[in-house]
Amino acid sequence: MGYTQRMEGGVPLINLCIGGAAGEGIETMAGILEKALQRSGYFVFSMRDFMSRIRGGHNFAQIRFGSEPVAAHVDALDILVAYDERTYAEHQSRLKADGLLLCDPGLGLSDARLLPIPIRSLAKESGNARTVGVVCVGALLKLMSLPLANAEAALRETLAPGILEMNLTALHKGYESSAEMRRLPPPTASGRLLMTGAEAMAMGALAGGLRFYSAYPMSPATSLLTFFTAQSEPLRLMVEQAEDEIAAINMALGASYAGARAMVGTSGGGFSLMVEGLGLAGIAELPIVIADVQRPGPATGLPTRTEQSDLLFACFASQGEFPRIVIAVRDHADAFYQTARAFQLAWKYQMPVLLLSDEYLADSAATIAPPDVEKAAHSVAPLPREADPPGVYRRYALTDSGISPLRVPGKSDGLVRADSDEHAEEGTITESAQVRVQMVDKRARKLEGLKAELYEPEYTGVTRPRVLLVGFGSTSAAITEAVSILNSHGLSVGALLFGDVYPLPRKRLEAFWQQADAVYSVEQNATAQLAKLIRMETGLGCTDSLLKYSGRQLSVDEIVSGLEAFGIGREVPV
Amino acid sequence: MTDFAFHSDQSAWCPGCGNFDIAVTLAAVLGELRLTPERVLLVGGIGQAAKLNQYIDANGYSGLHGRALPAAVAAKMANEALTVIVDTGDGDSYGEGGNHFLHNIRRNVDITHFAHDNQIYGLTKGQTSPTSDPCGQGRGGACNLGKPFNPLLVALAAGATFVARTISGNREHMAGVMKAAILHNGYALVDILQPCVSFNKVNTFAYYKEHTYALEADYDAAHLETALLRSLEYGPKIPIGIFYQVERPTYHQQRPGLYDGTPMIDKPVSLPEVEALLARFA
Repeated sequence: MGYTQRMEGGVPLINLCIGGAAGEGIETMAGILEKALQRSGYFVFSMRDFMSRIRGGHNFAQIRFGSEPVAAHVDALDILVAYDERTYAEHQSRLKADGLLLCDPGLGLSDARLLPIPIRSLAKESGNARTVGVVCVGALLKLMSLPLANAEAALRETLAPGILEMNLTALHKGYESSAEMRRLPPPTASGRLLMTGAEAMAMGALAGGLRFYSAYPMSPATSLLTFFTAQSEPLRLMVEQAEDEIAAINMALGASYAGARAMVGTSGGGFSLMVEGLGLAGIAELPIVIADVQRPGPATGLPTRTEQSDLLFACFASQGEFPRIVIAVRDHADAFYQTARAFQLAWKYQMPVLLLSDEYLADSAATIAPPDVEKAAHSVAPLPREADPPGVYRRYALTDSGISPLRVPGKSDGLVRADSDEHAEEGTITESAQVRVQMVDKRARKLEGLKAELYEPEYTGVTRPRVLLVGFGSTSAAITEAVSILNSHGLSVGALLFGDVYPLPRKRLEAFWQQADAVYSVEQNATAQLAKLIRMETGLGCTDSLLKYSGRQLSVDEIVSGLEAFGIGREVPV
Repeated sequence: MTDFAFHSDQSAWCPGCGNFDIAVTLAAVLGELRLTPERVLLVGGIGQAAKLNQYIDANGYSGLHGRALPAAVAAKMANEALTVIVDTGDGDSYGEGGNHFLHNIRRNVDITHFAHDNQIYGLTKGQTSPTSDPCGQGRGGACNLGKPFNPLLVALAAGATFVARTISGNREHMAGVMKAAILHNGYALVDILQPCVSFNKVNTFAYYKEHTYALEADYDAAHLETALLRSLEYGPKIPIGIFYQVERPTYHQQRPGLYDGTPMIDKPVSLPEVEALLARFA
């Protein structure tokens, strides 16, 4: 693509990477830039790659933006902003031949793509060396022929008055030091919201009626705790930092019993500690939403990295047998709607609902259409009002649906009991063989109603694909884009992207499977857990699986090249 | 409903178990305090003592072993109109639930914790409890090779605002301490010494009667140092009574913006509030 085309027709999407050491303000700079791009009316997808440390090391933010919808990252870079030599060394191979390398001349780099801007001295001239990130924002906006106003507004909204002026100066100095070298097409994404996956999940929880949140800080789930803590006073939320994850889930269950919609959030290690509580929610039929924001395990694993390796654990954790729902959130909008729905399902069916997110989705930000709160809050049909069984209130009354009347202690004429022992209808301990079987069956019956309202996986691709991909959760957007690229190469590809993953919805899966010559699972784990789950539930075996478990998320490019390496173009001539 | 009936016929306790006396006394105290069963929540973990909530007419929550306290404090957060009482054993309170014991003292949520302390694991047939007496002097079986856990000392050191000990078998004393504990504003710990008639042949009713004595009539429960010293008194002579009681802002009182007398479950977030918050992401 020549210079004229880059300027006149405009490039639909630009992929930008900013890297430096921890503590250099990458997060702040990326935040201001994202906000400016969003407010200018462009689609934005922004991800972070941060090390588990506070200072030093190498961190980077990658922002993809433009006039086309974008929800996943690609590897090839149009612009690289390098604060230090390490950033250049790690990322220069991804910078396109016609890409731009923005860095301080002081780094002494020799590269044909170099655009030297004295960001360090401009920052000092602005009043503080730490404004270097804002200098870069100014320079980048000019470079992309975008106005300064939105970045100025973002600075005014985020910075304290004492440091605002120097940052505005830095922004202007950066702008003046640069030149217009790229131009985006006219904006097409006005009025959208910019949210991280964690924020979208938190907002979905509020739309779902969240009242109580308890957690022990653990990356990458801590952002949920931070968000709810900030909203505790304004929104009358109960938020408790528990002494451990065992306390967190048992608190949430106590609150749920007492009539509050309750949620816990953690990562795999914390969820491991919660597992006995999960079983308690199952047998005592205490509704709860459990968010597992996955990171690579086992044990401590890679704390600030991403993985989808808790799928089977989430589906089968706990001793004993009881119904549960596992939902993998796919993207930012989905995180909002599915979290709201998780609350409705949990309280309708009185069972635990597990939400699987991961570091990639939780920490990345994207522009989404403003969610329909009303729709989200009523996405599950209410329970048909059955007449309460006659006589004294029986918490675990045997019903056709398996769903017993749920009452709140202190708000009811009857006494409300919850019991982790096997119990009679009244909620008192029993060892009766007959009652045991009745209760196991009653709890299992709830699944029949639930199965009727599971979401089938979303399908993307050609009408009758020869090659079928299956994926779940946060890889969905990248798989979607990869399918589109593969089909544009003349292949016949489609993908089923699971959100509701357990119980496994199978109608659409079985229909597409019959038509396809080959089926590949695309997963962010080492053991093809989705493929295993599908085989277990349906007997259908995948041809092969494209797996990544380095702690870094599959990019669109990697999915395309990974599938091509399977020989799908050759195996399945179209 | 006004009667906290105790259904002793339904209980799984051994004949003569110290739990009976505790349950009878608690049921009577709840009635005397003019509480109503619908407004009282009895919480237990797992074990014989933890089954108490199954046998008294009140709201009941039988959760996991060691995890009664987290559930109890959260229920009180959700609905401050409930009187929340934990009845559970020494293993549940101090062994499996040790971490929650420490941290809920710190929180000072207005709940009452009756730890049925029979110094042995009864339901699993006689293993050592954190509070089992030291080994030696003819003691075999369930005894502590190390130093037994002193729940009163630990509670005082951790900052509890109400710390007491009473004994099953002395209903009058037990009732007085229970009443004061329930009325106390904040977390109240009452360690209730009770015999295990099946597995603890040493710490019997007779043993407790012989070895315990009431704190003096002029004992001042407002002094932490005194309380700490008296809590160390455990051997041939064991004091019973209220060791320490002070007022410190409760969990709820420290958050007046949230806990204003109206139960939290009656103050939902409205959808317009959610929409207003969403607008901040524009």
